[in-house]
Amino acid sequence: MRKLVFVFLLLTVAFFHGVGQDLKVMDYEGLEPHLQKENDTTYVINFWATWCKPCVKEMPAFQKLNREFAGKPFKLLLVSLDFPSQIDSRLTPFIRENNIQAEVVVLDDPDSNAWISKVSKNWSGSLPGTLIYNRNSREFYEKTFEYHELKQIVNKLIKE
Amino acid sequence: MKTLLISVTLFLTSLALTAGGGYEPGDKATDFKLKNVDGTHVSLSDYDNAKGFIVIFTCNHCPYAQKYEKRIMELDKKYDPKGYHVIAISPNDPELVPEDSFENMKKRAEKMDYTFPYLLDEKQNVYPKYGATKTPHVFVLENEGDEHIVRYIGAIDDNYKDASLVEEKYVENAVDALLAGNEVPVKETKAIGCSIKDKNK
Repeated sequence: MRKLVFVFLLLTVAFFHGVGQDLKVMDYEGLEPHLQKENDTTYVINFWATWCKPCVKEMPAFQKLNREFAGKPFKLLLVSLDFPSQIDSRLTPFIRENNIQAEVVVLDDPDSNAWISKVSKNWSGSLPGTLIYNRNSREFYEKTFEYHELKQIVNKLIKE
Repeated sequence: MKTLLISVTLFLTSLALTAGGGYEPGDKATDFKLKNVDGTHVSLSDYDNAKGFIVIFTCNHCPYAQKYEKRIMELDKKYDPKGYHVIAISPNDPELVPEDSFENMKKRAEKMDYTFPYLLDEKQNVYPKYGATKTPHVFVLENEGDEHIVRYIGAIDDNYKDASLVEEKYVENAVDALLAGNEVPVKETKAIGCSIKDKNK
C-alpha cells in the first residue's frame, strides 16, 4: 500500500511538473539575453507555434534531444509565437498533453521586421526556425529537423 | 585542370544558389498563368493599363495570413482603382494542408467576397521564382513597358497582431511612392509567417 502511495505521489509530481510551467511572455528585448550567452553551454533555441504543423512534427525530436543531453552543458529553449490570447486555450494544453519538459517562453513582439534579422540575418521569418549556438559557433536553420541531424550538430558543438 | 573544373563547378553552383534565392528589389519578375477561384486563369499580362501589382503569397490556414486577410482586402479596394492590382497566390500543396485545397480557397474567397484573384500555384513553380518563403509574403511590382520590376519585398506592415496598432504601412508606403513617381522608401522587410508547404522541401 505504501509503495502504491509513493508511486502515486511520483506520478503526481511528474504530471504537475509538466503542467506547472510558468509561461513567461516577453518582447524581443526580453528574449535577446537568451540568444547571446557566453559560457560553456550549447544553446538550442527553437521558434515554433502550436498551429505550425512542421513545428509540431519536429517537436518530438527536440524533446528527445533534451533527454539525450540532460546533464550535459546543453540547454533547449522553446520560443513560442502563439498569440497571447491563445496561451490558455492552445499553448498550455499542448505543453501538458505532450509532456514538454524544456523551458517554453512566449515571444509577443508584432513588429517582427525589427527583430528577425537580429536573431539571424539568414532567417526570412518562416516557422519553424532554430538557432543553435555556443561561444564558438552560431548557425540558424530555417527548416524542419530530423532527430539524428539535431543530435549530430549538438554533439559536435559540445565536443569542440 | 582539376582545380579549374572545381572552380567552374563552384562558380556555377553559386550562380544557381543566387538564382534560387528569388528576387531582390530591382529584378524583373516573371509572369505566370495560374488557376483562379472563379475558374479562369490569370496572368499579369491580362491587365491592360495596369501600373503595377501587389502580389501576395497567402493562404487559408496560416494564422498570420488570417490576421492580414482584411488588410489585404483593403489594399485592393484602395489601390485597384489607382492601377495597382492585388493578386493573391496560395503556394501550398493542398495534399499537405487540406485547408488550403482549391475548393476551400473558393469557399473562402466567396465567403469574404474577395475583389481580387485568388490563385493556386498548382505546380509550385511560381513561388520559388519569386523567392517567397512564407505566408503572407508580398511583392510589389511596377510595370515598365512589358516588364514587371520588383520594387518592394516583405511584410504588409509592422504589426501582424493588431491592425489598429500599425505604425508603418510598408506596402502602402511603397505603392504611394511609386504612384507619386518617387523611390520606394523601405524596399525590403521581414516578417514572421508560416513556411510554405512543399513535399520537395
